Amino acid sequence: MDYFAQQLINGLVLGSIYGLIAIGYTMVYGIVGMINFAHGDIFMIGGFIALITFLILVSFGLTAIPLILLVVLLVSMAITALYGWTVERIAYRPLRHSFRLAPMLSAIGMSFVLTNFSQVAQGARVKPVPPIITGGYTLHEGAEGFNVQLSNIQIVVVITTIVLLALFTWLVSRTRLGRDMRACEQDQTMAALLGVDVDRTISMTFVIGAALAAVAGMMYLLYYGLVDFFMGFVAGIKAFTAAVLGGIGSLPGAMLGGLLIGLIETLWSAYFSVEYKDVAAFSILIVVLIFLPTGLLGRPEVEKV
Amino acid sequence: MSAPLAAQTSRTPGVAFILKKALISALVALVLFSLMIGVRTEAGSDGQLTYWTRFGDLAAMVAAVFGGSIIIELLRQWWGPVDTVRVVPAPMKLALSLAGRLVAPVLLVFTFLVPVLFYNERYILDLAILVLTYVMLGWGLNVVVGLAGLLDLGYVAFYAVGAYSYALLATNFGLSFWVCLPLAGILAAFWGVLLGFPVLRLRGDYLAIVTLAFGEIIRLVIINWQSLTGGPNGVTGIPRPTLFGIPLTPGDDGLAAMLGIEFSPTHRIVFLFYLILALALLTNWVTIRLRRLPIGRAWEALREDEVACRALGINTTTTKLTAFATGAMFGGFAGAFFATRQGFISPESFTFHESALVLAIVVLGGMGSQLGVALAALAMIGGFELFRGLDQYRMLVFGLAMVLLMIWRPRGLIGHRAPTVFLERQQAISSDLVKEGHG
Repeated sequence: MDYFAQQLINGLVLGSIYGLIAIGYTMVYGIVGMINFAHGDIFMIGGFIALITFLILVSFGLTAIPLILLVVLLVSMAITALYGWTVERIAYRPLRHSFRLAPMLSAIGMSFVLTNFSQVAQGARVKPVPPIITGGYTLHEGAEGFNVQLSNIQIVVVITTIVLLALFTWLVSRTRLGRDMRACEQDQTMAALLGVDVDRTISMTFVIGAALAAVAGMMYLLYYGLVDFFMGFVAGIKAFTAAVLGGIGSLPGAMLGGLLIGLIETLWSAYFSVEYKDVAAFSILIVVLIFLPTGLLGRPEVEKV
Repeated sequence: MSAPLAAQTSRTPGVAFILKKALISALVALVLFSLMIGVRTEAGSDGQLTYWTRFGDLAAMVAAVFGGSIIIELLRQWWGPVDTVRVVPAPMKLALSLAGRLVAPVLLVFTFLVPVLFYNERYILDLAILVLTYVMLGWGLNVVVGLAGLLDLGYVAFYAVGAYSYALLATNFGLSFWVCLPLAGILAAFWGVLLGFPVLRLRGDYLAIVTLAFGEIIRLVIINWQSLTGGPNGVTGIPRPTLFGIPLTPGDDGLAAMLGIEFSPTHRIVFLFYLILALALLTNWVTIRLRRLPIGRAWEALREDEVACRALGINTTTTKLTAFATGAMFGGFAGAFFATRQGFISPESFTFHESALVLAIVVLGGMGSQLGVALAALAMIGGFELFRGLDQYRMLVFGLAMVLLMIWRPRGLIGHRAPTVFLERQQAISSDLVKEGHG
């Protein structure tokens, strides 16, 4: 039971990270109707930028951990958001009205570019960082010496996710930008006729998605203590699975899907086999799409002739 | 002197505009690259991360972006607006269409002559075999993507199934290449149907991501099922192909000894070349024939409009499954060939990158155009070879090329194709009228 509770905690933390990435997929899919293949790599870039900022700050002699974390978070979000904007500008905007396969292929190309750019720029080796946030609480002392632990870093990850999610829900439901986004999601032509700047709204969608992916990248760095140039691919597919599982286009769905995927992956690794955890995640994607194509919270898509 | 200049500036944006645009690009580049290029991190021997700055590289990159965006802007002005209609003079048109018709036969004859022309150049022969393997893969995937319009991002899975089928059957049971080749094709087709069943109801991007997941599942299973596949170490000692039982070895029972000529290792390379050429041409021939059969027409109808297809009484289930199975079968053949050529296979050869490469070949080839796919494979693999020296930049350049080619020609190199059925006279269909990839 204690073991299960521990896995539950680990799974929820991992799920929060997936959820943050999944929001980027679900938003872009909702508005542009395409899978942003490069999103997983944006997440990876976010992790790298957080790492580099952290190193620089530490070498300047900063010791206040909360201040460091705040600066790293803001820098990483800002620069990664610019990456998201640039990717949209270079690879997707020229192909907005092209046939459907073209943006998908340029997105795959962009994903290769980002992966290999960071390999060339930062080297192929895994970059480890020492644990930045240490300590934690023992929630329950088990009978056989197995304690249920909740570390401070796990608390930070979950609280950051909740705060960002709240902020983001407010942004989409209450602000002018959010209204524009929802309008573009329903009908781009009509939105443009009513004075919505469609290009700008789509750009902003990519920017917000990238900023959230940067947060996920930083959380990943803090939680696992390493980044490498190839981590975006698998994390990207899993986050996309989460978005599909929750119902693509739905923001709470993406978060819910992320948590579920995180839980399933952790429990699978704990009780079955670590080697096949990715196979399990991918199989879920296939099974969900077959039996629940609209996801848990998605709306059914009406097919028009 | 000043009048034409004034006319020039009134039509096109001036120097200030170009400079402003380039400056903005350079600024964006500066922020983007500031940390990723300006600072280099590396884990030291004690596991501690250290960093050093590379402001020179950063400045060079930003300057390159600045210069590059000026050049791009100038090129754009020189080329005119995107939708400018370019008038081609009639004789030129005639010459172009003649050349267009001659390309395929000339290319085919040249391909047949490659081993004769380059007999002593092992490197060129190896490269030609590689190109032909990708031509075959491209033609195979073309059945699924180009004809049936089902976007498949996991094609490499069938390539892997074919390769491992041959490798395992040959090393464990000693079956010969010619027995295994059809078996590899059948097994791959079987997996194609297996993948086809669940994805029948999916459309477009969902289909793409599920096929991608399927490809990854196959690769992960190969890596982890060590007792069968040898895991990351792969399968070694895969037998070389024989000419219907006659081995191409220096021994007494070898082909060279039987023909009474001196043995040379090049014989095997030339044999492999003609083998893959035959396999590729078989793929091409079958595809062309299938396109004229009801099933081929059903594929193309499915690509254009699935709903209309169903309304016409076409069974979309079997149509999709046959497309998957046919494409997968050719992938399996190519895989078996790959295994026998390499003599060694490992999961590293079957990553997502291969699927993306083959898909890029098909799309760049114009989706559905057989000649286009062949030319695209030649351009892609040839271009890839050019960057062999710059090993770590290769994938970077490949990704950039993919993005730029898509922006430049989203419809592929050959954007027109001849219809298989026509009323009274044959007209080329512009691919703008065709909506591929609806799956």
